[in-house]
Amino acid sequence: MSGRVVIGLLAAAAAALALGLAADNYVLRLATTVGMYAALTWSWNLIGGYAGYPSFATAAFFGLGAYAAGVLQTSGLPFGLAWPLAGLTVAVFAGLLGGAILHLRGHYFAIASLVVADVLREVTNVWTGVTGGGMGLSLPLLSLGGVNGQARFYFTAMLMMAALGLGISWLVERSRLGVALRCIEQNEDAAQVIGVDTRACKVAVFMLSGMLAGATGAVYASWVTYIDPTDVYDVLLSVKPIVMALIGGVGTLMGPLVGAVVFLGLEELFWRNVLEFHAGLLGLLVVALVLFLPGGLRDMGRYGLLRRLGRFLPWSRKIL
Amino acid sequence: MLYLQVLLNGLALGGLYACIAAGFSLVWGVLNVINIMHGSLIVLGAYLAFFAHQVFGINPFLFAPVAGLVLFAIAYPLQKLVINPVMGRPVLITLTLTFGLNLFLDNLMLKFFQADFRKITFDPPLGVFNLGGLLVPVDRVMATATGLALVGALWLLLRNTQLGRAIIAVRMDSQAAALMGIDVTRTYALAFALGAFMAGAAGALLSGIFPISPVTSSVYLGKAFVICVLGGLGSIPGVLVGGFALGIIESFGTLVLGPELALTLAFLLLIALLMFRPSGLLGRRGFQ
Repeated sequence: MSGRVVIGLLAAAAAALALGLAADNYVLRLATTVGMYAALTWSWNLIGGYAGYPSFATAAFFGLGAYAAGVLQTSGLPFGLAWPLAGLTVAVFAGLLGGAILHLRGHYFAIASLVVADVLREVTNVWTGVTGGGMGLSLPLLSLGGVNGQARFYFTAMLMMAALGLGISWLVERSRLGVALRCIEQNEDAAQVIGVDTRACKVAVFMLSGMLAGATGAVYASWVTYIDPTDVYDVLLSVKPIVMALIGGVGTLMGPLVGAVVFLGLEELFWRNVLEFHAGLLGLLVVALVLFLPGGLRDMGRYGLLRRLGRFLPWSRKIL
Repeated sequence: MLYLQVLLNGLALGGLYACIAAGFSLVWGVLNVINIMHGSLIVLGAYLAFFAHQVFGINPFLFAPVAGLVLFAIAYPLQKLVINPVMGRPVLITLTLTFGLNLFLDNLMLKFFQADFRKITFDPPLGVFNLGGLLVPVDRVMATATGLALVGALWLLLRNTQLGRAIIAVRMDSQAAALMGIDVTRTYALAFALGAFMAGAAGALLSGIFPISPVTSSVYLGKAFVICVLGGLGSIPGVLVGGFALGIIESFGTLVLGPELALTLAFLLLIALLMFRPSGLLGRRGFQ
C-alpha cells in the first residue's frame, strides 16, 4: 500500500468514527448508504475491473442475498448467522452461474448476466410460500435500543461490509489471482497460452464478488426490515456500481470508495431538487461521464475539461 | 385443437416480434453496440401512434412507417453526437452509455405520459377471424402482417440498395469498407437510425394490440435480447426465426406456467442457449 492510500484510509476511518459518535440520523443514513454503495462497487470491481468482464449481475447477487437472509431470519436464525450464510449461498450461486456463463465474452456475457436478476425476480414472485411473493417479506426487528441504536448499528454493519470489500480487493490485488485476472483483462487468449487457468480464476473472483454483494444485500434487508422483489432485484443496483466505478476509476483499489462518495452526493442533490426527474438526470450524468470522463475523476486533471469537449464536438475543433 | 390454437397464438405474434428485434439486431451487428435504449424507442413509437390515433384517428398499423420516420430523424443526430464518440470502445462503455440514454428517455416519457397503461380502442372493434374453430384476433394478424412487410422491406433495402450494401460491408470489415470509399461514420449513423426506424414502427404496431406504458420498455428490450440470441445475430432470417420462436415459446409457456412466467422461461432459454450455442440457431460461429 502506498502512503497516499494509507492516509486516505486513516482519514476515512476517522471520519467514520466521528460519524458514529456524533452525527444525526440523516447523516448517518447517508453514511450507511455510502458504505453499501462502496461495498457493491468493490464487489463489481472484482469481476468488472480486475477481470474486465462487464457484469450486470450485481442486482441478482444483492437480491438473492437479501432474500436468503430474510428467509433464514424469519425461520428463526439470528442475524449473526443469517448474514454470513446468505453470503455463502450467493457465493455458491455465483459459482454455478459463473461456470455456466463465464465462457461468454463481451456483449453475450453482459446480456446473460443482465437477465439473471429478471429470472430471480420472477422466481421470487411466484414462490409465494417461502418468499411472500409480490407482497414482500418483513424481517424481524432487532432490538437494538431505539432508533439511534438502530442507525448506529446498521452504519457499523455496512461499514464492515465496505471494509470487507476493501480487504478482499487488497488481498486479490496482491495475490497470484490478481495477476492472473489482470492478464485475463489484457488478453485472455494470451493468458491461457502462458498457463493461466482462466476459467478457475474467473469463477473464483465471480464467487468473491457474489459473496460480497450477497452479504451486503443481507445487511440491507435487515436495515430496511421489509424487502420486495422489485426493490432488491432492481436493475439500477447493477448499473449504479458500474457508474461509481467509472467515476472513481475502474480496476483501482480506492476508486470504489471515491466513486461511492461522489455518486451519493450527486444522487442526493438530484433527489432533493428534482424528485420527479432524478432518474433522468442520473441518465444524463451517466452519458456525460462516459463521453467526457471515461477514466473517471482522474481524467479531470490529465486533460482540461475544455480540451475534451473540443475533441468531442466535431465543429468546435476549428474554433478551439 | 388446444395446442393448435396455442401454436396459432404464437405465430400471430411472430412477425411483430421479428419487427421488435430487427432494429436491435441491425445495430448490434453493424455498430457492435447493444442498444439498451431500444425498448424505450419502441415505447416512444407506441406513444406516437397512440396520440396519432387519439387526435387524428389514424390507424396505428398504417401509422407505423411514420412513427419509424420520426424516430429515424431523432436517432440519426443522436448517433452522430453521442454514440459515435464511443464507437469501438469496450462493451462496458457502450453499454453504460446506452443505459444512461435509456434512463433519460424512460424518465422523460414517464414525466410527460405518466405511468398508467393506455390502450387504443378501435371503433368499431376489429373482431376475430374464425378459421374452423380456431380464433385469431384481426389486430394481431394486421400487426404481424405489417411487421413482416417492414422486416421484408429492410431485407430488400440491405440487399439491393447502395446504402444496404454499404451497411453490410461495414459490418463485415469496417476498415476495408473505408478503403473502398464508404463513409463509415455516416453508415454507422444511418444503420443506427434504421434500427430506430424499426423500433418506432414496431412500437406503433404494438400500440394497436397491447396497453402501453413507459414502464414496459424493459420488457421489449428483454424480448429483443431473446429473439436475437435465439435466431442468431445480425441477419434478417435470424430475426424472423427468433421472432416466431419466441412467439411460440411464450404462447406455450403461458399455457403451461401462466402468463407471468412466459418471459422468464424465455430468459432461461436464453441463458441455456448462450451456454451451448452462443451464436444462435442460425448464426455463424466465431463472431463475438
